[in-house]
Amino acid sequence: MITLDSAETDESPLRRPPPSSIRGRLAATILGFGTLAIVTCMLAPLVGTTPISLARALDPSIPFDQNVDAQIFFVARLPRVLAGALVGSALAAAGVVFQAMLRNPLATPFTLGVSAGASLGAMLVIIFGGALALGPFSTVPAASFAGAAAATAVVYWLATRQGHAISTSVLLLAGVTLNSFLSAIIMFVQYLADFAQVFRAARWIMGDLDIGGYDTLIASLPLVIVAFALFALLPSSLNLLSVGRDAAAARGVDVPRAQRLAFFSASLATSAAVSLAGPIGFIGIVVPHLVRLLVGVDHRIVLPASALFGAAFLVACDLLSRTVLAPVEIPVGIVTAMIGGPFFLWLLVRKS
Amino acid sequence: MFLNADHVSYTYNRRTGAEAVNALRDVSVRINRGSLTGLIGPNGCGKTTLLKLLAGVLAPDRGSVSLDGRALASMSKRHVARRIAVVPQETHPAFEYTVLEMALMGRHPHLGPFQLEGPADLAIAHEALVATGTSQLAERAFMSLSGGEKQRVVIASALTQSPEVLLLDEPTASLDLGFQLEIGLLLQRLNHQRSATMVMATHDLNLAASLCDTLVLMRDGRVLAFGNTPDVLTSAMVRQLYDVEADVRVHELAGHLTVVPLGRIS
Repeated sequence: MITLDSAETDESPLRRPPPSSIRGRLAATILGFGTLAIVTCMLAPLVGTTPISLARALDPSIPFDQNVDAQIFFVARLPRVLAGALVGSALAAAGVVFQAMLRNPLATPFTLGVSAGASLGAMLVIIFGGALALGPFSTVPAASFAGAAAATAVVYWLATRQGHAISTSVLLLAGVTLNSFLSAIIMFVQYLADFAQVFRAARWIMGDLDIGGYDTLIASLPLVIVAFALFALLPSSLNLLSVGRDAAAARGVDVPRAQRLAFFSASLATSAAVSLAGPIGFIGIVVPHLVRLLVGVDHRIVLPASALFGAAFLVACDLLSRTVLAPVEIPVGIVTAMIGGPFFLWLLVRKS
Repeated sequence: MFLNADHVSYTYNRRTGAEAVNALRDVSVRINRGSLTGLIGPNGCGKTTLLKLLAGVLAPDRGSVSLDGRALASMSKRHVARRIAVVPQETHPAFEYTVLEMALMGRHPHLGPFQLEGPADLAIAHEALVATGTSQLAERAFMSLSGGEKQRVVIASALTQSPEVLLLDEPTASLDLGFQLEIGLLLQRLNHQRSATMVMATHDLNLAASLCDTLVLMRDGRVLAFGNTPDVLTSAMVRQLYDVEADVRVHELAGHLTVVPLGRIS
């Protein structure tokens, strides 16, 4: 054992107090961002064309069928807010995982073609398969999830052809190429469709959290829960993977396994989010970077913080989308892109 | 013998249809406990591959690597990493980790999947930073450091693994003369004062001559010579290794062998 004897060097001891422990930082982060997420989700349903009171909505003494505030809160507005929280959380966390795994801070959950696959699936059903139905699931989410899964499988197959470990450079190139290829097919499919279908398809691509009830939310929830359970295994491996493949292997990380776990869990979270609400852009890059500015870059803190902040961020963006030009609603994907686009450029300029 | 490679061979691209590259052919090396061994040889001779095999990062196609009589293949990666640490030539993290965070990553093999480092781990990391003279940089961003500072932090991170063996891949390759000397002295101190076992791949024959008690001379994936530095570092061996005519003699002031290249043999 290489034992360390600090007395043998003439270095001056640390002047500043030692930084607070990881446990303390993690607890403070979860408490802070968790409170933000919960408060945002509680307050967002109160805002709308009909103002309601939280106290009256949660008042147990009024029966539900007579409590208009409770009906608006729980039936009309809460599903949409919860969908925003789930989607924001999944996309932000997936962004963190992809960025670390690809060793590229500018990667997004959509970099590897998942969103294009999902969009093509949704497009095909919107335009050709209006009559199809798959049990309790509405058809468009099921088709977009299938498209996302297919894109994930193709990209993984390409990136593992040269051995059993994932090649991240092939993964990036294959993903970017698949994105353009699928976009071309999407345009072709739209070209074949009539005006009303193209409008519905275009509207889906802009992203929409108005899911109309709890059913689709409940259908996506298990997928997101599985993805998040896998995320919980990842943070310290992500730290080492982002330092380098060899560095991670030399510290005892099973690199091929960790990369597979990261790729599939993040793809699953992205697929679930996109099939629920369409490809809402920029959440997966804006949120992780904002979080890193606030809490540092350790993935054991960044990952849970991004999941919580992503929820609050998308719910807030959706609130903007339905209030800024009320009664006209702006698609939430446009709001996140209008905030995210300039932010992304600022990040690029700041890096160089 | 402490760290042994027995008749190991390794071929890149073995699994794929691409052209297979023989990196190592039937290589045997025995590293004594507490020794400082240098791996010397021209580019592409298999030094880095041998280091990766010794670290358990790559598994040999044939032959085996053992530590203290136990095959690395029979140990978990985490377990190997608790005993063997690696210092790569260069480190480029994708995010702005602090120096302390980089050092603490060395604790990874000692922590369970959901375990966060505690005060004892923090103390080990601080001691490693102090031992490498980087404790005053603890809160600085790793990427903002100079090359020599970065390399010392990476060595600190490897020491934080509390390993028995330190494997170094050209640790001074991208450093200027001052930093080369500094890293050399640091390694010598760690080796002498703590009986750390070290294996270092390097192109710097004079650094190897000044630090290493044992040398492994490699060419074309094979071991040409293996033994005490004064015995194997000769002008004949340098000619055989690099096709270079060199003057090899003990420097009076430095007190160790020096190699001065005189010309290439055509």
